[in-house]
Amino acid sequence: MYNIQTEIQKRILVLDGAMGTMLQQYNFSEKDFRGERFKDYPTPLKGNNDLLSLTQPKAITEVHAKYFEAGADIVETNTFSGTTIAMADYDMEDLVYELNYESAKIAKEVADKFTNDNPEKPRFVAGSIGPTNKTASLSPDVNRPEYRAITFNELRIAYKQQVEALIDGGVDLLLVETIFDTLNAKAALFAIEEVKEERNINIPIMVSGTITDASGRTLSGQTVEAFLTSISHVPLLSVGFNCALGAEQLKPYLQRLSNETEFYTSAHPNAGLPNAFGEYDESPKQMQGYIEDYLKDGLVNIIGGCCGTSPDHIKAIAEVANNYKPRLIEELV
Amino acid sequence: MADSDCKKYLTLSGLEPLVVTPESNFINVGERTNVTGSRKFLRLIKEEKYNEALEVARHQVEGGAQILDVNMDEGMLDGVYAMTTFLNLIASEPDISRIPIMIDSSKWEIIEAGLQVVQGKCVVNSISLKEGEDEFKRQAKLIKRYGAAVIVMAFDETGQADNYNRRIEICKRSYDILVNEVNFPPQDIIFDPNIFPVATGMEEHRRNALDFFEATKWIRENLPYANVSGGVSNVSFSFRGNNVVREAMHSSFLFNAIKNGMNLGIVNPTMLEVYDEIDKDLLERVEDVLFDRRNDATERLLDFAESVKGQKKEQENTVQEWRNDSLQDRITHALVKGIDTFIIEDVEEARLQSNKPIEVIEGHLMIGMNVVGDLFGSGKMFLPQVVKSARVMKKAVAYLQPFIEAEKDGKQEFAGRILMATVKGDVHDIGKNIVSVVLGCNNYEIIDLGVMVPPEKIIETAKKENVDIIGLSGLITPSLDEMVYVSKALEKEQLDIPLIIGGATTSRAHSAVKIAPNYSNTVVHINDASRAVTVVGNLLQKDNKIYKNQIREEYDLFREQFLKRGKKKSYLSIEEARNNKFKVNWETTEIVKPKSLGIQVIKDFDITKLKDFIDWSPFFRSWDLHGKFPDILEDKIVGKQATELFADAQVLLKRIFDEKLLKAKAIFGLFEANSVNGDDIEIKDASGNVLDTFLTLRQQSKKSEGKPNIALADFIVPKASNEADYIGCFCVSTGFGTDELATKFEAEHDDYNSIMIKALADRLAEAFAEYLHKEVRTNHWNYAENENLSNEELIKENYKGIRPAPGYPACPDHLEKNTIWKLLNVEENIGVKLTDSLAMWPAASVSGYYFANPEAKYFGLGKITHDQVEDYSKRRGITIEEAKKWLNPNIAN
Repeated sequence: MYNIQTEIQKRILVLDGAMGTMLQQYNFSEKDFRGERFKDYPTPLKGNNDLLSLTQPKAITEVHAKYFEAGADIVETNTFSGTTIAMADYDMEDLVYELNYESAKIAKEVADKFTNDNPEKPRFVAGSIGPTNKTASLSPDVNRPEYRAITFNELRIAYKQQVEALIDGGVDLLLVETIFDTLNAKAALFAIEEVKEERNINIPIMVSGTITDASGRTLSGQTVEAFLTSISHVPLLSVGFNCALGAEQLKPYLQRLSNETEFYTSAHPNAGLPNAFGEYDESPKQMQGYIEDYLKDGLVNIIGGCCGTSPDHIKAIAEVANNYKPRLIEELV
Repeated sequence: MADSDCKKYLTLSGLEPLVVTPESNFINVGERTNVTGSRKFLRLIKEEKYNEALEVARHQVEGGAQILDVNMDEGMLDGVYAMTTFLNLIASEPDISRIPIMIDSSKWEIIEAGLQVVQGKCVVNSISLKEGEDEFKRQAKLIKRYGAAVIVMAFDETGQADNYNRRIEICKRSYDILVNEVNFPPQDIIFDPNIFPVATGMEEHRRNALDFFEATKWIRENLPYANVSGGVSNVSFSFRGNNVVREAMHSSFLFNAIKNGMNLGIVNPTMLEVYDEIDKDLLERVEDVLFDRRNDATERLLDFAESVKGQKKEQENTVQEWRNDSLQDRITHALVKGIDTFIIEDVEEARLQSNKPIEVIEGHLMIGMNVVGDLFGSGKMFLPQVVKSARVMKKAVAYLQPFIEAEKDGKQEFAGRILMATVKGDVHDIGKNIVSVVLGCNNYEIIDLGVMVPPEKIIETAKKENVDIIGLSGLITPSLDEMVYVSKALEKEQLDIPLIIGGATTSRAHSAVKIAPNYSNTVVHINDASRAVTVVGNLLQKDNKIYKNQIREEYDLFREQFLKRGKKKSYLSIEEARNNKFKVNWETTEIVKPKSLGIQVIKDFDITKLKDFIDWSPFFRSWDLHGKFPDILEDKIVGKQATELFADAQVLLKRIFDEKLLKAKAIFGLFEANSVNGDDIEIKDASGNVLDTFLTLRQQSKKSEGKPNIALADFIVPKASNEADYIGCFCVSTGFGTDELATKFEAEHDDYNSIMIKALADRLAEAFAEYLHKEVRTNHWNYAENENLSNEELIKENYKGIRPAPGYPACPDHLEKNTIWKLLNVEENIGVKLTDSLAMWPAASVSGYYFANPEAKYFGLGKITHDQVEDYSKRRGITIEEAKKWLNPNIAN
C-alpha cells in the first residue's frame, strides 16, 4: 500500500486540472448525458457533469488518464456536485450514492493502472466534495437576514452520504474544496469525523477554501487567518486555496496561509482571471511562471489547477514542481 | 518542538482571528447580549425586537469587547429559536461578526443550536463534571468536532468548588479527561475557577478571592496551555450600591487575578477604577480583604464604605433616626419600606394639619406612593415590596375613611375605575389580585368581580359602573378561549373600553393573534404587574390616541410576523402515529400488582408532613421573582426580596401548621386496566367489569428517525395480550380554608397575606400530590418499595413511574377530569368540585393519573390534526365542534 503521508514528505505533489473544461471538448448532447439508462428521465440532464460517470464512463476514464499522463500524482473524482443538495436541481437525489461510488471506482482503476506501470511514482485519488449550491451562514433573501436556505444538519447528512460512497468506492483521500462558506465546510468535516469514528478508519483530508476577490476574504466574509482558525480543529493533510483567482492573484493569500499553518499547504488556482467572454486564457507557460514563484518561496506541498486548466497546464506545472523541494512544516506531536 | 509549542495559543475567529498570546494581557468578553444579565436585552428578545438587540451587540463591539457572549437562557423563551435567530442575524452584520462568539447556556440543546450556525471558531460557555464524566466527555467530544473552544466550570458531581483544593482538584481532573481521553487541544480549554463574593461577613468566604488567585496560578503552572477566565463583578456583591468601593475592588481583583494568570473574563468597563488612582487607604483595605490579611479586614472595609457613601446601613439603632425626619419623609419612608408600625400616628398628625382628611390621601400618601411607583417602574423595587407598601397604604386609608365620610362631601377622587375579573370557568386569582393591589396603590378604583365571572356580568358591570378599563385574567388553557369569547361579546355590545389581558397562560402572541382582531378598542397584554401601572396610565391619559394607535400597530405587526413565522411542521395521520407508538417490551417489562386495589380516602391528614415536600421555585414565580430555589435567595438582582418573601412565607406557613388553618384531603384509586384500540385505557373492577375508559391523545408531529409518537396508553399493557396491568388516579386538595383566610386578611387590609395564603396553598397542594405519589409507589401500590430519594430528587421527579395531570402537556384534555371524578366520586368523598371549564375548586387542588411502568415518562402532546380530533369526538361521544372547543389550543392550523 502506498501512503500519501510518506510521498508528501519526499516531493511536491501535483494535483490534476479542471474536469469541466475537459468534458466541454466532448460536446456531449442532452442525449449523450442521458445515455440509455436515463433516456426517459423527466428533467433536463445536460450540464449534470457528475452524471457522466454513469452514462459516459469512458470519457471520465480518458480525462483522468490524460492528467496522470501529464504528471499528476492525484486526480479528483468527478463528484463536485455529488450531494443530495446539489443533485436536487436534477431530481437525482436518489442517485447520489451510486454517482459517488462509481466515480471513485473509475478514478481508482485508472490510478492503479498508472501505479502498476511505474511503482516509483504512486498515484492517488481524492474524493472531490464540493460546496453544494446553498450557504449555511448567508441568507439568500436580503429582506430576511435571519433566514437560511440550508441548515448545518441537512448539510452534515448530505455530506455524510457522499463521504461514505466515496470511501466505499475506494478513494485514498478526501478533498473538501471550493469553500465559499466556512460553515458548509465545517458540516462536511463534522460528517467526515463521524464516518471516521463509525468505521474506525483514518483517511487523509485536504481542505481548500476560495478567496473570492481582491478583498482577500471568503464569500462568507472571513479573512485567510479566520478561515484557517475555523477549520483547524480537524487533523488535516493539507489546507489551501482554489478557484476564483489565478495563480498570480492568489499568491499573497497563500503566503499568509503558509506562514500560519502547521498543516501541509495546497493550491489549485484558475488559469488566470476570466476574459471578457468568460474564458480562461492564461497559457500553460504563463501559469508555470507564477507557480514557480510559489515554489521558490517554498509556499506549497500540493499544486494543481482549477477552472480553465488542462493537461498541458498540469504538465507545465509538474515539470517545474519537480525542480523544487516541498515546503517544510514544523511537525506537532 | 519548542517552536511549535509557542504556537499553542488559544485562537478563535469571527470574520477575523483572535489569538490569545501572553502579550494580549487580558481578553474582555462583552456580556450585555445576555438575557440573564440584562433586563433590557431580555425584553428586546422577548418582544422579538431583534434589530434593537443587534444594536446592543454592536455597542459592545464598538466599546471594545473582543468576544461576544450570547445567552438566551430564560424560562419563557424558546432558547433554541432565540439563539439561532440572533446568531444568524449577527452573521449578517460584518461589524459585529468580526469578533468571535461565546455561546453561553446551561442547556446543551441551545449550545448545540448555536454551534450549528456560527462559521467561526467560538467558545462554549460552559460545561463541567456536574452531570458526571460520561456526559462531560460526550459534550467535549462534540464541541471539538464542531470546532470550538470551551469554558470548563470548577464544578463536579458533588457541587461547585469553593476552596483552593477543590478548585485545583476539579480543574486537574477535567483537564486530564479532556486532554488524555477526548484529545481536546489544551490551548482550547478555559477554566472558570469560580469568583465568589468577599467581605460578606461569613467566615467561610474570607479566602474566596485568595483561593481564586492561588487556583489560577496553579492552573497556569500545572495545566499546560490552559487559560483562565471569570466574571469579576461577583467579587463585590456585598457592596452593591457603593460604586466607589466596588470599582476599587474590581480593579484590584482584576489586577491581581491577571498577575496570577487570568487571561480572559467579563468586566463591566464602566465599573472599573484605574488601579493607580484608587485611594491608598481604600486600596489597602480592599487588598486586606482580597488577600485575607487581617481578622478585621471586612469591618475596616465596611467602615470605609460607610464613610465614602455618606449614608449608614439600615440597622436597628438607625431605625429610630428616620422618625426624626419631616412628616412627609416619614410617611414616604414607611410606604417605601413597607413599615406599618407608625403609620396611624403619622396619618393622624397629617390629618390634624390638613383642612380636609381627603387631603392626606391626595397629598401625603400619594406623594409617598408615587415614590414607590417610580422605584418599581425603574426596577429598583420588587413586587413583594410593593405589595407591602400597599398594605401600609390600605391601613392608612382605612383609618382616614370614617373622617372622610363624616365630612360627607368626601368622595375620593380616583384616577380611573378598573374592572377586574377572572373569566368564567377559572378560579385562579393570585395574579389578578396582585395587579389589582398595584393599581389600587396608584389611586385607581378597582371593581373586582372575583373569579368565574360570566361575560354577561362583565358587560353589565362595565356599563353600570361606567368603568374605564376592563381587565381579564385566567390561568388554565380553556380560559384563553373564554377571553376570545368575552372580547367578541364586548364588541357585539359595542362597549368602547380598553381591554387588558393577563395570567400565566396568556401571552402577547395569543392576545395579538386571537383577541385583538375581535375588538375595536385597544387590547393590551400585560406580562407582569410592574407594567400594569404604565399601561393603564397610558390608556387613561387625556390624549391617548397616539398610544392606542401605537399599540394597535405593534400588535398588527406582531400578528403578521407571528403568522408569517409559523414554523412549518409536518404531521403524521393518527393511523401512522399509532403505528409509530412508544413500544414497551411487554415480555420483559415489570408489572406489579398493587397491594390493595380499589379506592381510599384520606380526610384528616396531618398537613405539617408536607413541609419538606414543597417545591419553592414556582412560589417565587407567582410573585414575579424568577429563579431557582434556593439559588434565588442569593440572586444578584432579586435575592434580597426573595429572602424577605421567603421569611414571610415561613411565618405564615408556621401559622398554617400551628393553628391548623388549612385542611388537606385526598382520594386515590388503583385499578386493573388494559389499553384498548390503541389510545384508550379500560378500567376494571376486581371482578373484571369495565368501570370506565380513559381516553388519551397521541402525538402527531413528525419525529426524527426512531423517535416514537407517544400517547399515555402506550404505558399500559394492551388487552390483546390477555395480561392484567394497573393504573391509578387521584385528587388532592389543601385549599379548604383558603378563601375564608384570604377574606379575613382582605378585611384587615392585608392584601400581602391574602395573596400569600393562596400561593402557599397552591404549593402545599403540589407537595401533597408529591407526598401521596410517594406513598402510593412505596406502600399502597408498592412497586418501588426500595425507593430512597431525597426531597430534591422527588421535586426533580427522579422516581419510577409518572403522575400526569389532565390539562397539562401530556394530556391537555380537561374532560378526563370528569372521568376521574366519576370513578372516584371525588366531590362526594372529599368535596373538590369541577367548574364549567373543569377547573378544580378549591383552586389549591391537584388531580391526575398514576402510571407505574418503569418506561413511563412525561412528554408534551404538541399539536394534533383534525383526523385525531374527529376520531376522539367519536370515542368521547361528543360532536366534533365540542371536541374542537376542548382541544383547541392543541389543534394544528
